[in-house]
Amino acid sequence: MSTTKINLSRRTLLMAGAAAVPLVSIPVYRARAAGLEGVELQHYQPVFFSAAEWTFMLAACDRLIPADGKGPGALETNVPVFIDQQLRAGLGADVYMDGPHKNDAASTLGFQHNHTPQQMYRIGIKLAQQYSQQTHGKPFEQLAAADKDAVLTALEKNTADFAALGDPTLKASQFFGQMLDDTKNGYLADPMYGGNKDMKAWVAIGFPGARAAYTEWVDVHDVKYPLGPVSLSGKRA
Amino acid sequence: MPNITNDDVDVVIVGLGWAGSIMAIELAQAGLKVRALERGPDRPPEDFAYPKPADQYAYAIRNKVFATPRDAALTVRYNDAETALPTRKWGAFAPGTGVGGSGLHWTGVLIRPTTTDIKLKTYADHAYKRGILDPDMRIKDFPFTWDEIEPFFDKFDKICGLSGNTGNLKGVIQPGGDPFEGPRSNPYPLPALHDTLNSSLFAETARKMGYHPFPNPSANVSQAWTNPYGAQLAPCNYCGYCSKYPCLNYSKASPQTTILDVVKRMPNFSYRANANVIRVDLHADKKTAKGVTYIDEQQREVFQPARIVILSSFQFANVRLMLLSGIGQPYNPITETGTVGRNYAFLSNGDATLFFKDKHFNPFATAGATGEMFNDISPGNFDGAALGFIGGAKIHSSQATGAPIGTALPKGTPGWGKGWKEGMVDWYGRSMKIGITTTCMSYRGHFLDLDPNYKDPWGQPLLRMTFDWRQNELKLQRYLRGLVLDIAKELKPDAMSETFLGLDSHWDITKYVSTHNVGGAIMGDSPRDSALNRYLQSWDVHNVFVPGGNAFPQNFQANPTAMIGAITLFAAEAIKQHYLKNPGPLVQV
Repeated sequence: MSTTKINLSRRTLLMAGAAAVPLVSIPVYRARAAGLEGVELQHYQPVFFSAAEWTFMLAACDRLIPADGKGPGALETNVPVFIDQQLRAGLGADVYMDGPHKNDAASTLGFQHNHTPQQMYRIGIKLAQQYSQQTHGKPFEQLAAADKDAVLTALEKNTADFAALGDPTLKASQFFGQMLDDTKNGYLADPMYGGNKDMKAWVAIGFPGARAAYTEWVDVHDVKYPLGPVSLSGKRA
Repeated sequence: MPNITNDDVDVVIVGLGWAGSIMAIELAQAGLKVRALERGPDRPPEDFAYPKPADQYAYAIRNKVFATPRDAALTVRYNDAETALPTRKWGAFAPGTGVGGSGLHWTGVLIRPTTTDIKLKTYADHAYKRGILDPDMRIKDFPFTWDEIEPFFDKFDKICGLSGNTGNLKGVIQPGGDPFEGPRSNPYPLPALHDTLNSSLFAETARKMGYHPFPNPSANVSQAWTNPYGAQLAPCNYCGYCSKYPCLNYSKASPQTTILDVVKRMPNFSYRANANVIRVDLHADKKTAKGVTYIDEQQREVFQPARIVILSSFQFANVRLMLLSGIGQPYNPITETGTVGRNYAFLSNGDATLFFKDKHFNPFATAGATGEMFNDISPGNFDGAALGFIGGAKIHSSQATGAPIGTALPKGTPGWGKGWKEGMVDWYGRSMKIGITTTCMSYRGHFLDLDPNYKDPWGQPLLRMTFDWRQNELKLQRYLRGLVLDIAKELKPDAMSETFLGLDSHWDITKYVSTHNVGGAIMGDSPRDSALNRYLQSWDVHNVFVPGGNAFPQNFQANPTAMIGAITLFAAEAIKQHYLKNPGPLVQV
């Protein structure tokens, strides 16, 4: 039986803090979101990443989903814009962040460390650059493609040792995992979020986007759907 | 003491999802003054007009209409020797919030348990020799007969416009339906949804192999429907944005589409959104409740007095409220005393993904419940005892959504780079799944209680969940894997991948299973080992009723919503016919 006094001041504090960072997963600034579809990557000014971090992100996204081969790359589809906007809009605000944190918990018990996505990028980019400098003698963005891939692989497999580089609280693989998920989300989400520019990713894979009405098509089996995608803003490709 | 006291009501309903909405309309139509308190936001249907829900990133990736772990986390541990850790992000399950609850965005498979499922203990005692089953298993019968509950399944089917093929009509097996289903008093209200390529391939093959497939029983309606309350649903247009999404077409049976439009017009019904109930307030003798206390939108503490309290805030939230409020005794797994928190169970799934480089599955053209399944492997219909386990599974090929984030790719496809990108181009829309959704037994050592270390934003302890897989469920998985792979091989895919549990698997809370958590405040015949009687009335506090999946003593393979609808309607009827005239315990022991 509990007669716990409800900690209203704590709740009020949390709510006040939350008000500065929108909880709702749709960015609350619709006006800006409407403008994201027209962004040209070379003219875009990041709102979360610093200039140096942005340089890293462009180079990393360009390897995570490269331009060569079938289908568009991450830069052609403005994926870094998506990531920048999402981090600014409060990605991660829905996570339960109270301590104590057991950073070495079994992976089957889920995310347990105490970094927000924003912190993961700040720390991860800094240490990834240190690793690149240490291992290849240059900043990440100046490496040849194969070496960039080697650095990304080292982050992914956790052979880049963030503890040795100065921060034992974050694993390289955790940072890589966050970045890769955000990259794929930006590639395949509706273009209103800033990525999947002109629905190029949807065109490449054959996904009709927000058409969402297939009463006649459900009975047509094993035939390629003939129409291109539409976006939530009503554009067609 | 709360700062504000509301006007008196006859009934306060905590949580306005399926169970809360059913109670709301049934009791309001009986003339009672009813007020519902919903922790989350209001969710009027106009918020979900086309094209808004056609947005995978918002709804399925960022969980737009779900509760947040920040506000609603639990803690989890595998056994009572460990320290439980918070569910900082959702994984295996994800609770809803807001008006409509998870009923707003559920997949919409509306299927009844079988006659054996509701008397599983009786079946086990008869079919299993001593020593075969884990001595820690705590399975129980539901405290009603098929004939008593069937009219309430039937009523909920009609509320939802259930669409599918009748299998057993008054004891006569019908072609095209589930021959293993319990007898229905009436046929399905509406015909089945249309099959997609995956489900027709699966059904054809399964039938050839001797199984009895039928279309997934669906609460995404196949035709225009007017339900018993006068609410109307439109025929599903297979939009592909169903499971985790509010319906953009008024086709998915939800509290909004089937009940709330009607009950909101009644002057004796009112509701408050953004009202977080933090406790049920009991009278000094603890035998009755006087109402509930909630935190409103302005962060004020408000007391809502009421004659009857309905806890319908979802399975584990209901159990937590009972523990926080002192309703019943908390369960102790060592002494097996106390009933609140015992008999917690979950479920498992697994599947084979089949890749065909030349087929077009068009996965985006689908309803939530789309698929075909068979129940041949369910308790009582095959010799589980000879195999050394109790339980079974739906075996099905379903296709609840077709949006591209998370597309399955063949084994060996790189996780990023040119190989991943080209894998998406080559394989999106080229795969189907054959999956299992299993039963899950209850055990002495699987239970819910209050966490000693972690709190929610209101300063109250989180609910702690102690659960892991046991050998019974893992043996069941290995057996089912064999059956699924046999079917998959018949279809001759170009590539195949699989996920099934192994005999040494721990519960992986990072992988979504389903939000069919059950137990913790179970219904039963005796206050010794159940928290609620057959009318979902607390044995301890007679004006508190707790409808939800919490009432199940273990989990069957059918999705839980049909049963939750039926037992809630059954309880509402008992309140109307008996409790109002004579408030007190409805079952004497």
